[in-house]
Formats: sequence, structure tokens, C-alpha cells
Amino acid sequence: MSDIKIQPSATGSGTVTITAPTTNTARVITLPDSAGTLLDENSSVPSANLTGTVADARISALTASKLTGDLPAISGVNVTNVHAVNSGRKNMVINGAMKVAQRGPSFTGNTSGNRFTADRFKAQIGSAGTFTFDNSSTAPEGFSNSSHMNCTTAFSVASGTYLLFSQDFEGQDLQQAAYGTASAKQMTVSFWCRATKTGSLSVVIRQEDASQRMFSKNVTINTANTWEKKSVVIPADTGGTINNDSGKGLQIAWWVNGGSTYGGGSEQTTWGAQTHTNKYTGTLNIGASTADNFYLTGVQLELGSTATNFEHRSFGEELALCQRYYEIVADNSESTNTDVCYVGGGYSYKSDQINWHYTFAVKKRASFTLEATTGTNYYKASLHGETILDTAVGMTAAYQPLNGVHGYITGSYSGSTIGKAWLFMLNVSGAKIAVSAEL
Amino acid sequence: MDYENIESAKYTFENEYIFCVIGGANPISVSVPTNTNNTDYNKLMEMVADGDLTIAEAV
Repeated sequence: MSDIKIQPSATGSGTVTITAPTTNTARVITLPDSAGTLLDENSSVPSANLTGTVADARISALTASKLTGDLPAISGVNVTNVHAVNSGRKNMVINGAMKVAQRGPSFTGNTSGNRFTADRFKAQIGSAGTFTFDNSSTAPEGFSNSSHMNCTTAFSVASGTYLLFSQDFEGQDLQQAAYGTASAKQMTVSFWCRATKTGSLSVVIRQEDASQRMFSKNVTINTANTWEKKSVVIPADTGGTINNDSGKGLQIAWWVNGGSTYGGGSEQTTWGAQTHTNKYTGTLNIGASTADNFYLTGVQLELGSTATNFEHRSFGEELALCQRYYEIVADNSESTNTDVCYVGGGYSYKSDQINWHYTFAVKKRASFTLEATTGTNYYKASLHGETILDTAVGMTAAYQPLNGVHGYITGSYSGSTIGKAWLFMLNVSGAKIAVSAEL
Repeated sequence: MDYENIESAKYTFENEYIFCVIGGANPISVSVPTNTNNTDYNKLMEMVADGDLTIAEAV
């Protein structure tokens, strides 16, 4: 049998008291089979001794130095009281990485009008020399494409000069910003840009449903020929309006040059009535020299006042989003068989008219326009050796739901008996049919 | 749509469409529905109002 020895301190004068619990149950305390000191609130426990299950760790100050190595996997349902972050589908911009360019990679000799350098991104030019607009493979790390403008004929700025990229947004896709309510939210637009010279460009935001109510802010390109990420915080607008419909609710534009009609004012950093002279107040002045180039990609619009990392989406996702606004029905240049590219079934509606039908991959935003290249023998209706050739196609008045198109060819045909079935196709390289429901 | 290079425009199918021929390096034909939800139609009407475009009646 072991001895029990209680030894008083040689120096301390305090009394050691062993107190019985206030229950009627006998208690037994078994001491550890090793030498040492019992724990109190000032004691440290060697990590090797922390095994088993910790029922309730009362850690009041957990510093980073105490967290080394990898954290264990924790089920999401057990993670609470974490501040919300802009994750998931945060980017309201379609095709912000400029991956999809259905209209063609390049447009040369532009002196006026609009060109889509990438789907949903429009280059706009007026009284600004001559430019090539294209979908470029020059891009910052992590991206593959950009929208690009390249000056081929320099110009002196006229009063009506404008030169910009823009994207329009459907109002129903921006309702989370709660414009026009007391709960209106800030938004942040971020983007990568690059130019052959330094200077500032103007980012202009307009609300189409609020009489073009406007906000503008300049951003500076600090280093020539270098990709730079920029961001602009867009104030919440309790006095704005973005209708919950498929019409144009907002436009973001990147102005890189403008004449006195659109410039000479100042940045409009609070929402207010559209002031044309406040649109381009920058100094970049792209087009002053044929050496001038400007690139744009990685465009993101999100809620909040922080520009978070770009939300990358797959090509297939972006293509489907873009097809709501523009879809190629058939393009002979994409066909593996350059002789023919099938469109769909058709029939003789009249002796001089053959109708054909095509069902879209994506339902269109609104009433759409049919566009088709024209040329000798571009289009063909075929049936068991019988062939009818034509130069142009049109869209008929009948059967035009937003999920498909009913088109026609018309001419002096032989063998087009009413009701006769045909297979309708593109006949030569260069033939292309597309539909557009752009904002 | 390349509004600057419209060579001709005419109404078709009981005025439900405007058929345009657009010139340039790659000529195309365009069928625009006469619907105010269509952006191209609204632009064509602006051009008509400005005297920049005449649309022929349907035959």
C-alpha cells in the first residue's frame, strides 16, 4: 500500500484547503501516474497531450501564430457568422473576358457606326479617323482575349468626335441593385485595360429608364503598353430607375476620345441628369496618332464597393448568354463540308417562294432581325437531285416566335410545287445567316 | 447592323417587315420586324425622321 504525504511549503504561508463537494455522492480523485503539477488557469498543456475529443474549446484570443498548417475540412453547415462575400454568380457582365466573338474576329476601315468586337461589347466611332476593331489575342495573364481598337488613320478631334467601347444591360438583370429605392446598392465595375500611351479614360454609366441619368469617373493608365486592372465604384442611386423588363436598363461605356459635344466638362461623380460634356473628360485621346491602340478585357460588374477577382465562366456558358442577343443560324465557314451547310427543313409555300424553319439554341430577348450575306447561288433548296439556287434570304411574316425563325427564298423557280418538301442549306463559302436581338 | 451602308429599304409582308440591302465589302440582306422592341427598327425610324432613309412601300 502506498503512502500519502502532504508536504507544507518551506517559504509560503498560505493555507491549502481540500474542500468536499456539496453533494451526497462520494468522489474519488485519481492522480496521474507521473510526476508534475496539476493544471490551473496559468498552465500550458503540451500539444502532444491534446488528444481525444475537445467538447468545448474556450479560446478567447486566437492569433494567426497559433494557427499553422492546414485547417481541417469543415462542413459548410457548421460555418456560421461569416460575413457574406461576393461569390457565385456575381458578375453581371456577359462575355467580360471577350471569349465569344460571333460576328467575326476583325472589322477594318471603320469611320462611323458600331461594331461588336466581342459579343455584347460594341465599339462605337464617329468623326474619329479610321480604326480597325477586332477581337485580339493580346490579353493579361489569366485571360485569352480582349476587345481592341487600332488607329489606322489619325484625326484631329471635331466637336462630334466619339470613340468608345460599351455594353448594354437588360433592366431585369440588375434588379439586385435596387435603384430607385431606399435600399439602393453600390456597384463596382472593374476591368483590365492597356494602351500604347498613358492618360485617363472616362467610364460613363447611364440609366436608360431614368432619362439617361448619368455617372462618370476617370481612370488613369499609368504605364504605356502594360495591362492594368482598374475599378470604379458606382454610387447607389435612390433616385434612379431600372425597369424590371427586357429593355435596356443600364449602359457602361469606356470613352477613350471625344469632342466638345461630349467633353470639356468635368467628371460627374454623383448620379444626375445626363450632361453630354461630362462624358469624355479624360486625356488619353486615342486616335491622335496611328500608333494608338487600346485594349479592354476582364470586365466585371458586381454589387458592393470592392472589386473582387474576375468570375471566369466557360466558353459554353458565355456563348449561351450571348445567344440571347445574337445567334448564328448557319455559317458555311464553320461547316466541315464546305459544299453545303444544312439549315433545316423547308417547303414550297408558293411556286416562287420556298419557306424554311430553324429553331434557336436560345430564346431571343425580343423581336429579332434576320441578317444574311448575299451572293450568287449562296442558298440552296435540294430534294432528290432537284436543286433550286438563290442569292438572298428573307424572313416571312408568319411564324416568328422568339425561339425560332421562319425564313424564305423567292424567285422564278422550276419545280416548286406548293407543299413540296425541301432541305434548305447554305451552298457556298461566305454564306451566313444570323439573327440579332441586341439592346 | 451597318446602318451607314443601307442601299435600299422596302416594306414586305403587309408592312410587317422592312427588307434592307446593305452594301459594302460583304453585302447582306436584312429583315427587320416593324416592332418597337426591335432596336434596328427604332434606328431605321430615326433615320427616316432625320431624312436619312426612305423606305419603299410594299409591292
